[in-house]
Amino acid sequence: MGVPFKKPEALSDMHTHYCPGCTHGVIHRLVAETIDELGVRGRTVGVAPVGCAVLAYNYFTFDFQEAAHGRAPAVATGIKRVRPDLVVFTYQGDGDLASIGTAEIIHAANRGEKFTTIFVNNAVYGMTGGQMAPTTMPDQRTTTSPFGRNVEEVGMPVKIAELLSALATPGYITRQTVIKPKYIIRAKKAIKKAFTYQLENRCFSLVEVISNCPTNWGLTPLESIKWAEETMLPYYQLGDYKTPE
Amino acid sequence: MGKVLMKGNEAIGEAAIRAGCLNYFAYPITPQSEVAEYLSRRLPEVGGVFLQGESEVAVSYMIYGAAGAGERVFTTSSSPGISLMGEGLSYCAGSECPVVVVNIMRGGPGLGGILPSQADYLQATKGMGHGDFRILVMAPASVQEAVEMVMASFSLAEKYRGPVMILGDGLIGQMMEPVEFPEHLKAEPVNKDDWATNGMGNRKSEKRNLIRSMILDPEQLNAHNLALKAKYEQMKREEVRYEPYNLDCDYRILLVSYGTMSRVCRTAIDQLKEEGYEVGLLRPQTLFPFPEEATTEAASRESCRAVLSVEMSMGQMLDDVERAVMGRRPVSWYGKCGGEVPTPEEVIEAIKRLDQSVTH
Repeated sequence: MGVPFKKPEALSDMHTHYCPGCTHGVIHRLVAETIDELGVRGRTVGVAPVGCAVLAYNYFTFDFQEAAHGRAPAVATGIKRVRPDLVVFTYQGDGDLASIGTAEIIHAANRGEKFTTIFVNNAVYGMTGGQMAPTTMPDQRTTTSPFGRNVEEVGMPVKIAELLSALATPGYITRQTVIKPKYIIRAKKAIKKAFTYQLENRCFSLVEVISNCPTNWGLTPLESIKWAEETMLPYYQLGDYKTPE
Repeated sequence: MGKVLMKGNEAIGEAAIRAGCLNYFAYPITPQSEVAEYLSRRLPEVGGVFLQGESEVAVSYMIYGAAGAGERVFTTSSSPGISLMGEGLSYCAGSECPVVVVNIMRGGPGLGGILPSQADYLQATKGMGHGDFRILVMAPASVQEAVEMVMASFSLAEKYRGPVMILGDGLIGQMMEPVEFPEHLKAEPVNKDDWATNGMGNRKSEKRNLIRSMILDPEQLNAHNLALKAKYEQMKREEVRYEPYNLDCDYRILLVSYGTMSRVCRTAIDQLKEEGYEVGLLRPQTLFPFPEEATTEAASRESCRAVLSVEMSMGQMLDDVERAVMGRRPVSWYGKCGGEVPTPEEVIEAIKRLDQSVTH
């Protein structure tokens, strides 16, 4: 009898620095499982962001490049263009991708760069201590929106999956979440599909993953799951926004 | 292959290909857009990668990514675009990625003008980006020299594992001159498996490679930066290049000038020589490392009364010249900083004015 459940080879033994209840660990595992299942660890290069996942390279066991804040899609473009045989992905948060890195992600998607982006959206800047992000929900309190996000002043939260799916270039753009087991299974399928499209040299692929932040939301892990489900999911609707077919 | 007549910008693009670099990322900006135009049709012919990025910021990270993956890569831009690349170049320096950057300078600050300038001297030699680092800077004075410097730059970037800059003024990019591409300057292939993110399986290794500049531990960052510093000290020992002109006579005035400006100085020197008036020229070919010892020696010649730094900037090189002269002779500046190249007559006038001021 084989081992029914074990740590993916692509995942390292290191303890993560993520806060208790954060879902980064789950998303890391889904990426690692995918890389194992596709058998591409030996030719994968990850691109780490600036944000909570700045140290993501410590938790994987393959080549990694660090990027400056928001620039991961440009770094991935550089790698993939000169080495199309490599499997390249970026792992970015919402401050990184949806604020400072909007130009890079829109143009990488529009050029149809053949890499994959895992975009983790938890509606807040995590690592810098809970400031308002472009994805912060209306009336959500953060350290820079202490009275709640005032949409009259700073607009509505940016919907990246919808925004990118409006581009005419073919791509795979989907929004998933990992806040409950049933969603995790779907997210895994989406991540695998995204990497598969890359392996087939089909298109740019982006999986937005709605996540939580108990620490900066000021909630317990369980409360944060509930808040994400009740507040974020109605606004950030799950599903495929674009497929290359 | 014999000499061909080429525009500087096109020759720079061709030089990279001849040296063995087939990857180019760039964003259009005057006065060097011809490099991208040339390479957009030339690179596909040789199976290379041409990509026009969405901004200079993005381009600086595209070259970082490509270099990190172990491939030779270069970009070209002009002053305002180079400022935007400063961020990415800091990451390239910190994470030790070999990249080649050509800056065909125009006047500034801000949008400035589009005419030739040498106004990015301080940026290139002292502060190309945030953090503790230097880059190797070479300054061509002709299209032929631009070709040779571009060709040599890839091996230098690989030797020192960091950014190398070719700092040319707008004239170097825009003028046409006969050029040849010396076969011996073709860069040798280099195995980068011990550090490049080119895939563990591809290098048959279980050790993964990491390209990063974040080092949170202060002791480790200190050690890392001291290791970078050791490379810059090695550059000072091994890479200083300069060209003497009329330094084997008893000159009264020593000029220090580089790039297009130095050619005007040569004409001025030749004209003054006909009058029996001797002026010497020391032309730095590397700006970092600066030819300090050579400048000290040239300024110390007994006949030399004063030193003049002649630049198409407000005197950005003056600090380096003064430091090298060490107070042994008066040092001053002449130049223009709006995009005009001073004429030989204007340089002669400045020399004579200086001579009078130190004589009385």
